[in-house]
This record gives sequence, C-alpha cells and structure tokens, in this order.
Amino acid sequence: MATYTLTHVERKPLSFTLPVLALAGGFAGLFVGTAQGSALLGVVGGAVLLAILGFVCVTMLDGAKERPARWAITIAMAVAGFLVGSASGAVVGFLFGWFFGWFIYWIGEGRYRANLVPYLTPGQVLWHYTFRVLCGLIFFFLITPIVVVMPLSFNAEDFFTFTPEMLRLDPEGYSLKHYRDFFTSPDWQQALWNSVTIAPVATLLSVTFGTLAAIGLSSEHVPFKRAIMAILISPMIVPLIISAAGMYFFYSRLGLQGTYWGVVLAHAALGIPFVIITVTATLVGFDRSLTRAAANMGANPVTTFFRVQMPLILPGVISGGLFAFITSFDEVVVVLFVGSAGQKTLPWQMFTGLREQISPTILAVATILVAISIVLLATVEVLRRRSERLRGMSPG
Amino acid sequence: MKLTKTLMASTALTVAAGAVLAQDMADSMTLVSWGGAYQRSQVNAYADPYKEMHPDLEVVWDESSAEAVAKLRAMDEAGNVTWDVVDVVAADALRLCDEGLAMEIDPEEHLAAAPDGTSAEDDFGDLLVGDCFIPQIVYSTTFGYRTDMVPDGVEPPSDICSVFDLETYPGKRSLEKRPINNMEWALLCDGVAKDEVYDVLATAEGQQQALDKLDTIKDEVIWWSAGADTPQLLADGEVFMGSTYNGRLFSVIEEQDQPVAMMWDAQVFDLDGWIIPANLPEDRLARALDFVYFATDTQRLADQAKWISYGPARQSSAPLVGEHAELGIKMAPHMPTDPENAQNTFLYNYEFWADYRDDIDAKFQAWLAQ
Amino acid sequence: MSDTTQSGPVLAADGTPLKKSLQKALRAQKLRALALVAPLLIFVLVTFIAPIADMLFRSVENQIVSRTLQNTVVALEDWDAEGGEAPGEAVYEALYWDMFLAAEAKEHTRLGTRLNYEQTGVSSLFRGTGRGVDDIGEDQIDALEDLNEAWEEESFWYELMTGGDGAAKDGSQLSAARERLSTLTTDSYRGNVGFEPGAEISALLPRTVSEYATFAVYTVFVEEDVVAEEEPWEAVKVALIEELKAGADLSGYSGPGAEELRAAQEMLADQPDIDYKAAFLKEDKDWGSIPVWQTIKTYSPPFTSGYFLNAVDLQKTVDGVEARPETQQIYIMLFQRTLFMSLVIMGSCILLGYPIAWILANLPVRTANLLLILVLLPFWTSLLVRTSAWKVMLQQQGVINDVLVWLGMVADESRLVMINNQFGTIVAMTHILLPFMILPMYSVMQTIPPTYLRAAKSLGATNWTAFWRVYFPQSVPGIGAGSILVFILAIGYYITPEIVGGTTGTFISNRIAYHISSSLNWGLAAALGSILLAAVLILYWAYDKIVGIDNVKLG
Repeated sequence: MATYTLTHVERKPLSFTLPVLALAGGFAGLFVGTAQGSALLGVVGGAVLLAILGFVCVTMLDGAKERPARWAITIAMAVAGFLVGSASGAVVGFLFGWFFGWFIYWIGEGRYRANLVPYLTPGQVLWHYTFRVLCGLIFFFLITPIVVVMPLSFNAEDFFTFTPEMLRLDPEGYSLKHYRDFFTSPDWQQALWNSVTIAPVATLLSVTFGTLAAIGLSSEHVPFKRAIMAILISPMIVPLIISAAGMYFFYSRLGLQGTYWGVVLAHAALGIPFVIITVTATLVGFDRSLTRAAANMGANPVTTFFRVQMPLILPGVISGGLFAFITSFDEVVVVLFVGSAGQKTLPWQMFTGLREQISPTILAVATILVAISIVLLATVEVLRRRSERLRGMSPG
Repeated sequence: MKLTKTLMASTALTVAAGAVLAQDMADSMTLVSWGGAYQRSQVNAYADPYKEMHPDLEVVWDESSAEAVAKLRAMDEAGNVTWDVVDVVAADALRLCDEGLAMEIDPEEHLAAAPDGTSAEDDFGDLLVGDCFIPQIVYSTTFGYRTDMVPDGVEPPSDICSVFDLETYPGKRSLEKRPINNMEWALLCDGVAKDEVYDVLATAEGQQQALDKLDTIKDEVIWWSAGADTPQLLADGEVFMGSTYNGRLFSVIEEQDQPVAMMWDAQVFDLDGWIIPANLPEDRLARALDFVYFATDTQRLADQAKWISYGPARQSSAPLVGEHAELGIKMAPHMPTDPENAQNTFLYNYEFWADYRDDIDAKFQAWLAQ
Repeated sequence: MSDTTQSGPVLAADGTPLKKSLQKALRAQKLRALALVAPLLIFVLVTFIAPIADMLFRSVENQIVSRTLQNTVVALEDWDAEGGEAPGEAVYEALYWDMFLAAEAKEHTRLGTRLNYEQTGVSSLFRGTGRGVDDIGEDQIDALEDLNEAWEEESFWYELMTGGDGAAKDGSQLSAARERLSTLTTDSYRGNVGFEPGAEISALLPRTVSEYATFAVYTVFVEEDVVAEEEPWEAVKVALIEELKAGADLSGYSGPGAEELRAAQEMLADQPDIDYKAAFLKEDKDWGSIPVWQTIKTYSPPFTSGYFLNAVDLQKTVDGVEARPETQQIYIMLFQRTLFMSLVIMGSCILLGYPIAWILANLPVRTANLLLILVLLPFWTSLLVRTSAWKVMLQQQGVINDVLVWLGMVADESRLVMINNQFGTIVAMTHILLPFMILPMYSVMQTIPPTYLRAAKSLGATNWTAFWRVYFPQSVPGIGAGSILVFILAIGYYITPEIVGGTTGTFISNRIAYHISSSLNWGLAAALGSILLAAVLILYWAYDKIVGIDNVKLG
C-alpha cells in the first residue's frame, strides 16, 4: 500500500520541523528524566537534543546520507542508554534511537503526508495520526499481556515477577526449567494427554451433529426454527457456572460425573453453538440450485451431500470445529465440576496451579498454547481465504 | 441400588486389616488429597513405599480434598462412589461421618498398634475425633512476616495482636477469606479472654465486636482463599504479614530461602487425616483398609515429617521425627506441636463452627463486601 | 389459485394433482429437515437443557423436612406458630419416632444442616439429639427388662411379632414400613424381609408392630442381618410401653408371649409416663425454643420459596416474608455489583472497540486482516493464560508497577494497588471480552459504504457532523450486538473475578460456586443461578429481537 503517493512530499520548513521534534523529544525526555530523578532536566534535555539532531539531519546533511545518519543516532542512543542503565538501558536506547532516527526524517521531509489526500487541513492530519496512535495503544493493550507472559516463562526463579537478573538481561536469570518441568512432570503430561483425548472426541460429536442440524435448519421449511435455534445456541449464552452446576448434579445422577464420557458430552454441548453459527453462516452463501442440479443428474442425497455440498461448506465446518476444539481445550469451569482426577485437563491443571502452587510452569504452558493458537489462527485465515475464493466472494 | 452396594460390602465389618488375602484386594486405588507439597509428602511417605510392596497396584491421585464433601455427596446421590481413601480436615470428616458418607472406623481393629504395644486408640488419644476420622497430622494456621519489612528500631512481631497494630507494624496483611480463625483472633485482641472467645462469638454482639475489630485493619488486608496465596504474597513482598498453614511458611522460609519468619502466637491447631467412603465394594474396601493400616502406622507418620513440617498425629511417632529429606535440617523445631512453638494455641472448635458457620459467614461476607 | 380450482386440478407428471404432490414434497422436505435437526436437538436437550432444568428444580425443592420428620410435620399442623408457646406433647412424641429412625438411618444431620441455613444452631441440635435419642424412655425400658429378661431376647420378640408359626398374618404394617423407609432415604426396599407380622398382634399393638416392622426392614436391607437374630430398637420397646400403658386390651390375647405382656402391663401401670417433651428438653434446651419450631413448621411443605427469598435478602418467617437483618444482606448488593461492573466492562469495551473496528473496516483488506490477527490472538488464547497474564501485569510487584517505578512516576513504597479489587477485574475482563465487541462491530462497519461519509463531507458537513449524523447511526446495530454479547458473557463470569477479583471485584457467580462446593447450600445456589439465568435469558431474547441469533458472526 505504500507504493503509491497521494500527496507530493516536500521538505517542511524548520519553523515547523524543529518545534515538533522538540515537543516529541521533550515528551520522551520526561520519562527518561523522571526515571533518572529530574523531570525538568529530562524535558529540556530531550527537547534540545532532538531539535539539534533534527537540525543536523535535515539542514546540515541536507536530507542526504539518511541511512548512515539514522544508524549513527541509533547507536549513539544505545550507547548512552548502556552507560545509564546497562543492558536493559541499551535496549531502550536502541529503540529510542531507531524510532527518532525515523521520526526526524518522517517529519522533516514531510513524508507523513504521503498517504493522505492533499486537501486535508493540518488539524485533520494531526487528528488522523492521533487516531492512529490511539488505535495503536489499544492494540498494545490487547497484545501486551500475552507478550509479557513469554519472557517470564523463562524465569529462573519460581515467581511471577521479573527478577533483577532478568531485567539486567543476565543469562543467569533465564532458564528452560519450567519447560522441562512441563515436559517431565507426570501431572502436566497426564493433563495434556487428557486434554488431547477429550477435545477431539467432543469436537467430533459437535461437528457431526452440528453440521447436520445446520443443514436442516438452513431449509426454509423447518417448523419452530427460531425456538430450535435458540435452544441450540443456548450453551453459549447460559453462564458457565450455571451450566456447570446443572451438569454436575444431573450427570451425578446418571453416573456420568467423573467419567470420561461425562466430560466429553458436556464439552460437546458447549461446542455446538460455534459449529451451528459458523456452518449456518457458510450455508447462507451456498447456492441451493447446486444440490438440485446434482439430484437432477441422478445423484442420491448422500452422494450429493458428500460430493457437492460438503466440499463447499467444508471451510465453515472446519472453522466451526476449530472453535469447538478450542472451547473444549480451553474450558475449565465445567470440567472442574463434571470431571474428576482422571479427567484433569490442561486448563484445570493451570487453574490448580494458579490457586495452589503458583509456579511459572503455567506461563511456560501458556507460551506453548499461544504458539499453538497462532498456528490455528493461521489455519483459519487460510481456510477463510480459500472459502471466499471458492464462493467467489472476493478476488484472489 | 443400596441393596446391591451393601450386599457387596456385606463382610465390611468382618474384614480386619491383614486378615484378607491379597488377591481379594482391588488392583487400583483412588486417593484424594490436596495437591502441592502436602500431597507430595504423602506420595513419598505412604504411597511409594506401599506401591513397592504391591507392585501391581495402580494409584490414582485426585486433588479434590477441598470439595470432598460436595463431591462425595453428589457421588452418593448417584450411587457411584469412585474414591477409595480421602484426605480431609477433621471438620469435613465429622460432617461426612454425620451424614453417613464415611465409614466408621474401629481404631483397635483397623489401625496398627504402636511399636511398643500401645493400642492405636491410646496412641492417637484425643485426636480421634468422630467415629470415622483417622488422624494423620496436626497442622496449624499461623502467621509469617517479612523480616526485612519490620520497621527500624521495632521488635519483630511476636504477639498475635501485632496483626491489628498498624501503628507499630505498618503494611499489608493477608488473611483467609472466611470468618473461621479471624473472628477468634479479633476477639482475642479486643480484650476477650481466651476461654470466653466462643461464648462471646455465639452472640450477635460478639460477632459484631469481632467484625468491628477486623474493620480497623480492613483497608490493609488482602484476603486469600488458596493455601498458596500467602506464601506467594510474602515472597513477592506484597504483604508484611499473613496467615497460612505452617507447612507452607516452612517451605517459603527453608526451601525457598525467603526473608520470612514465623510468628507462632495464637496458632490454631487443626487435624487432617483419612476417611474411607461408606459402602465401598468389598475388594476396594479391603484395599483401602490395607492401605490405611499401613499408612498410619508409627513409622509412616514419622516419615511424612521428613517432607513437610506437620506434626504426626501419633504420640509414638514424635520421637522418630528426624531430618528433612532434602535440606537435612532438624524437623522437630519446625513442628507446630513443638513445646517452644505451642505456648499459646487454639484448637479448631468443630462443634461451634458446624453451627455458626452459615450464620457468621453470611455476616462476614456482607461485611467484606461493604 | 382460484382459476386452477375452477379449471380442474393441475396434474403432476405421475398423475396426482400438483397441489397434493407439492404438499407431499413439502412435507417430505419438512420431515427431512427435522430429521437432520432432531439428533442435535435431542442431544442438547439431554446433555444441556435437562441438567439446567434439574438444577433449577433444586431451588424450590424442600422435601427433606417432610421426608425426615414424617410424623412431626403432620402433628405440627395443629400447632399455632404465633401463639408464643412451644408445641404440645403430641408433637414431641411424633418427633421421637421420626428422630429415632432418622438417627438410625443417619438422615437427621442432613436435615439439621438444611435447617441450619435458616436458623443457626439447628445443626448441632439435631446432631446432639441424634446421639441421645435412644436414651429416651430408658427408665421404663430398664423396668421392663428387669421384670423379665425375655424382653431383651431377639427370638422372643420375633415370636411375639409374628404370632408364631401358622398364625394368621397381616402384611399391611410391613409395606407401610417399606414405604416409610423409602420415603426417608429415597432408596427402594423391595425383597424378602424374612418377617411377617401376625394379624392378631397387629390389631392389638399396632404402633409396636409398625416400629418392629420398620426395624425389620432396616435390619435386613441396610444392615444385612437376620431379623430374628437381632434385638429390636429402643423405639419398639417404647412403642410397646406406650400401648400397654394406654390400656391395650390383652384379655382376649392368647398368642406367644401373652403371659409376659400381661405381667408387663401390670408392672407398667406403676411406672410414670414417658415425658417426651421433658426428655427432648433434657437433650437440648433448644427444643423448647419457639423459633426452632417455627422454622420447622415454615419449612415443612415439600416446596418452598425460601431459597429464592434468601437470594434476594429476604427471609421467610411465620409472619410472612420480611427483610433479612442488615448485617446479613449481601445478594442484592452482589447482583447490583455484577450488573454495574458488567455495564462498566461493556462501556469500556465500546470505547476501546469502536476505534479498532473503525480502523479495521477502513483500512485496505490485507492490512486489516493482519491487524485482525492482533484481535483474534487474544480471543484464541486460553482464558487462564490471559487472566494469569493480568495477574503478572497488575500486582504490586508486577510489570506495570515496575515500569512506573522505573520511570519514577510512582515511588517504590507507594506502588499502585490494581489487583484484587474492582479495577483489576474490570481491566482484565475488558481485555478478555474486547474481541467479542470488536468482531460484531467490525462486521457491521464493513457493510457501511465509505462513500456515504465522503458524500456528507462534500455536501458541507464537518468531519464530526459527518461521522455523528451519517456514520455512527449506521454502526449502531454493531454496537448493540457487541454490547449485548459482552454484557451477557460478563455477568456470568467466574474464573477471572475468582483470580483477580479480591473481595470487591467478585461476581454473583463466585458466590454460586461457593454455595455449591463449600457451604453445600445447593438450594440457594440454584436460586441465585435461576435469577442470574433469568437475567441472561431476557438479554438473550433482546439480542434475538435486535440482531437475530442467526446473525452472530465469529471472526
């Protein structure tokens, strides 16, 4: 998208560049300053430093030699950071340098207008970027907790906090012991095994029943369609604690409480709404004349289903299945009530871990799970694109 | 349902431990415990040696002791009890026994005598509370504090009332999110004599008095509900002092080497032990009894103290308590029952709390939520 | 339509009228569709709807009182609960028969626990009395046994109660006993007891035979013993003493034990009556307490609204419904807090979600899809992982505080308290539920053509007017869908408040879980759950009306 330019890029006058850079420098300096003890000094120092750098880069170097100039700034800041705060200071300095090197040229050369329509007023340009920054902060809010977990899982200590060694980036502060713990502890391995044996079976049940029902529901002739739909979606809506309590009492009576099949059935019920929703959504785009055409040419309903309908709705089925799988794989409240020791799943073990013997092994597991999520997410994305291509909804 | 169950268990009372041949015993056994370090100590001291004697036995652990009463009740309703031996605190054991969910135990018949011939009944003594409970350990709920957070020029806390003394000992405290123990401590530090605590607590005014006392530190309290919370809060420096089980504090102090010390004053003793669910099938019952007979003998109870700092319930085990299996330190001074530590103690009042638990808990929760 | 009927039916290829043929086809289609839906519908009904219905039933079910105190409940009907006097002797006598059996079958403490939810102290009252109930009437029993040792002999009793070999039998007491026990324990007692009451003795000493029959059934089925080899319970002897003292007419009786019976009747005439009331009061003075009896009477019907009243901080008394003492009111506050916090969470989700949905909908598709992964990644990450991550972030020695201290914005000794309170719960849950807000908003915004905004602007609208008057109204359905979804999910949350909520950040769900697994007050848990469920269903219904259930989209 950055290959075309909407607005002619031109160098900005120094009367604009330098105050903006000084403002940014002052803002960054505020943090560095307070961290080192004097906010005022930080603000003034940051403002002056960045104004000078901007002046040097834009005017004296005349915008040329951009690459070496940016590297110089980056390295200088990293070194300065190292002198103040050793390894972690160097990292912060490096990031600061890298960002400001880019920022100086972005502002000074007026590149920030490149992708905007030319008629925007300066106020609108400012709002445009403020909005972007706000959105960036919200994305930051979404992602940070998940990212923070990862380094902590390499903690050499048994705590949930960053140790001074870790902050100094001292290799002593890091270890793989929590991963080792996960892969060698029979508790965790049993939990993993339980999760792996419960989730697929539950998924299979919800996908089979769910897909059939979704196909049935997509017909216009189903009586009480709304009511049936409401019932089928209800496992997603009813608060988990209520479902869990109800299943606990009821399954106890049937002798299913504390059994493998009890947990599988409960998880299958919880996964069904996701299958129904995704498959129904896929069926909306399904051309019914295809089945009629198949029937016309002599295919029986079963053949029609497997050879014509199924391949077309398969992406929806698979993504519904993935949701159902994740539901079971991630479910803790219901399994806490319906299961017993023999069905202790990964989330259950994590919950116990959080409450009973707090140890970063949980974070190691979390990191592994996030990695798996990313893989699954990529799968869904690929499937979605494929589905859209098949149904001709989007080009490419 | 009941008929078949009871038919299968028909010889229940005639089964004396050891009198049954090994092939009559089930070859798998589900033990229920608390998880964590405590369960590990049981695995090391009881389950592993027992498995060595019975290599074909499969032992399954279930960490559901906290929900034992609820789950056993549900299992009983369903007529399908899947647990064989359950570790519970004495209060829960009494509840289970009262409701007929736990089997009655005859100490003479089902438990081993001490090596010197003292009968099990005398060896356990007063700790045999209720008819179904087989005591295993004495633990206590007591306080630990960060030694590095004691203000300069002030003596480290040694009196329970320092919990309520925010001026001398500023900082956060962690207390259990339930009225039990907290109400007693509050009254004790509000001038109520120790032997009148429960009389006062039985009245609405007394309950209010205790809550008012707790109110003075409410803003500085983090409430915990899981045993791991206080050790974690202490280790992270989130609180200055906090109540928890003494074994958890031992592991923070000695195993994790944190700057934390014990404050034994007004510790509350409680018992933990086994129960066997009522109406087990014959083979499983035989296995459960055999295991319990083995796991509660004098040596085994003393062995457990190698792994965790809880006092063995048998008098005859006390002299056998040795050193920690990994740290090699003497365990006796870390026992809650050690005379040095047990100068001012409470015993959990089972009868009182069985009656007043619902009532006081409602008030306590309403107070907490204010 | 009308001309087809006039000009004769149109025929299908096989000669049947088209209308009929179409109807047939339609019916077949309907059936096929139903057949496809049916397995799942049945599956969901059995595995999900039935358990919930079953649980809701517990919120009104209260049979334990009338099952355990079968006679007492009947006797209490005549007692004036507001009269200010404890019940009369008849109630205490009925209580004796009920308590004795309940204590044998170990059902009394369950009832004690149940009633203790309503009246503190009943638990130990029942437990203590259960231990002492077989001492009631022991003076008279001792006198009886001193008179003749036969009264301690199991075979003598068996002979007396069966009327001897070949005597006429009367099975009605035995089936009544089976009924009585199965009502008490909800187990079934079918099968051979090895005992059948004699007809003559049944007519003469009905109460005694009835107690003996109960003893017999219990002995055989629960204790697995032989009736003839067991000495009967004290209750049987008490029944005999009562009936003999009441002047049972033995003159015409000549069956087994006739001599002994006459001697006993003669001796007992000099013995004092058994004073049940005094005996119970001796066990525990609380048996004279009027509130205890009022509680038993109030809760004797098989169904009760008591749990629901408790769930809204009311209580049931003999004078009707009244508010609970202020120090015990908690549930209304918890419901309010749950609603309030869910609203705040919903609000912050709208605030944070709207810009994200907007930017996703207005960026080129490929960039948007890439950014969408940033939204979906948290959505797909385990709930527990995210909750523990927030624990790591928010605690006093956590990442945020560390950063703030490092930046010098907060002093080391005054680190911010951000966890174990409402703030922590709101932040963590906003993060967890944010994707549920963004996704519906995004799918709605995708359908709003960007040309509308440009048209508005070219007509002279300012940026703000164009957004507020043109774009925003079209995005409202997305906000509505997201809000209801987030709100529904939020008010039922359990795990996150449990871990980061502390005392002020917990929800009603946490209290429900507490009542299920710790306090074991399942009825109250069910009542609280029903109210929560009702709230959710109303929202669900609203959601269906506004958005339509089949319009929910997931990424």
